[in-house]
Amino acid sequence: MNAAEAKRLVFDVLSRIAPEADLAVLPGAAHMREELDLDSMDFLNFISALHERTRVDIPEADYPKLFTLDGAVAYLSR
Amino acid sequence: MTDFRMPSLGADMEAGTLVEWRVKPGATVKRGDVVAVVETQKGAIEIEIFNEGLVSEIVVPVGGRVPVGTVLARLEGAAGAREPAAPPPLPPPAPPVSALPVTPGRPRISPAARRLAAARGIDIQRVAGTGPAGAITVADVEAVSPAPGAMPPQRPGFDPAAMRQAIAAAMSRSKREIPHYYLSQTVDASAALARLERMNRERPPPERLLPAALFLRATALAVAKTPELNGVWEDGRFRPGDGVHIGWAIALRGGGLVAPAIRNADRRPLDDLMAALRDLVLRARSFALRSSELSDPTITVTSLGDRGADAVLPIIYPPQVAMIGIGRIVTRPWVIDGTLGPRPIVAITLAGDHRASDGHRGGLLLAEIDRLLQEAETL
Repeated sequence: MNAAEAKRLVFDVLSRIAPEADLAVLPGAAHMREELDLDSMDFLNFISALHERTRVDIPEADYPKLFTLDGAVAYLSR
Repeated sequence: MTDFRMPSLGADMEAGTLVEWRVKPGATVKRGDVVAVVETQKGAIEIEIFNEGLVSEIVVPVGGRVPVGTVLARLEGAAGAREPAAPPPLPPPAPPVSALPVTPGRPRISPAARRLAAARGIDIQRVAGTGPAGAITVADVEAVSPAPGAMPPQRPGFDPAAMRQAIAAAMSRSKREIPHYYLSQTVDASAALARLERMNRERPPPERLLPAALFLRATALAVAKTPELNGVWEDGRFRPGDGVHIGWAIALRGGGLVAPAIRNADRRPLDDLMAALRDLVLRARSFALRSSELSDPTITVTSLGDRGADAVLPIIYPPQVAMIGIGRIVTRPWVIDGTLGPRPIVAITLAGDHRASDGHRGGLLLAEIDRLLQEAETL
């Protein structure tokens, strides 16, 4: 998966979890949980959806790497 | 002949609007069937029936807004299954709901179409229905493009201001009527977190557990041992719950709160509770809760999660007699065997109703939750 595909996937998943958010203005380096008001269940659903769509295993220890949009895109497109 | 009435879905509900009938006259119904959808301050709720029989008459048509207790339909040959006891009605707030007029012209719409319209920010008043009796179908909604510059999706039947008023009414009643006492216990969460880490390491993300599931399990088991705190205060006396039905407080995106029940939570294993939590949060946020889930809780738990405050002093949701709060897990200095060290700790709090119990019982409940969490491997 390249970076553009990864970003599309992340946006698609986030738009289901935070339907009211304007993702176009989400800063790449901002903490998504703060910006989008994601609680721990939302974040687990985010990780679960990314896992189901990519089959990438995302251990809990790696969660902090996916806290920002840039981080999540980099993680999925590595 | 039995009457099917507008149920009370909590102390904060005075009236509801009938938005959909799922049965017609002549239909046979049994306990637990969803027979109607009612719009409340908590959004559209599927209403279950608690009798068996034949629907002989629909009394309130689609669009009718009526107070709690109004006869909605009549049943023949109904076996007298007891309805869940409705909480006592609120003392009349000022100003009262304006004579509860019937809202004419509210479109019929299928739940799937309603959800789609909500997701796309489409006002259902603008949609021409082509389904039975002019009902709006999914295809009708799909045929409509959202209005340019439409507001962010707004759930039909969900008015944040109305929910805020409903919460305020319930909490005002609580503060007015319930002599609260408050207790707090600081609990070492190391054992609980160690167990979760071990379990989650071997699981794919969709099967992983959150700390909330362990807290819920420990709380439910402890509540089962403290029946004085599990139930409702009605007609001047305490009525114990018929099971440990934990109302789980869920914050809605954009504001507001609901606390639907996880029934018999003390008898359900950890994975089952986690699945129940996921399901409830999802359905609460998409406004797909059932009437029994809103009327059943015998005690409420609010878990602030990892972005919340350190501790919460809960306000009891009447007619319940206790509420438990779980704060954010924080790393703090802790004395272990005489030595100071960092530990993940969590403040677990309790608000109790002094009419039903004393702080001594409440303290035993918190101590039991603590004890269970220290033995988290066995939960």
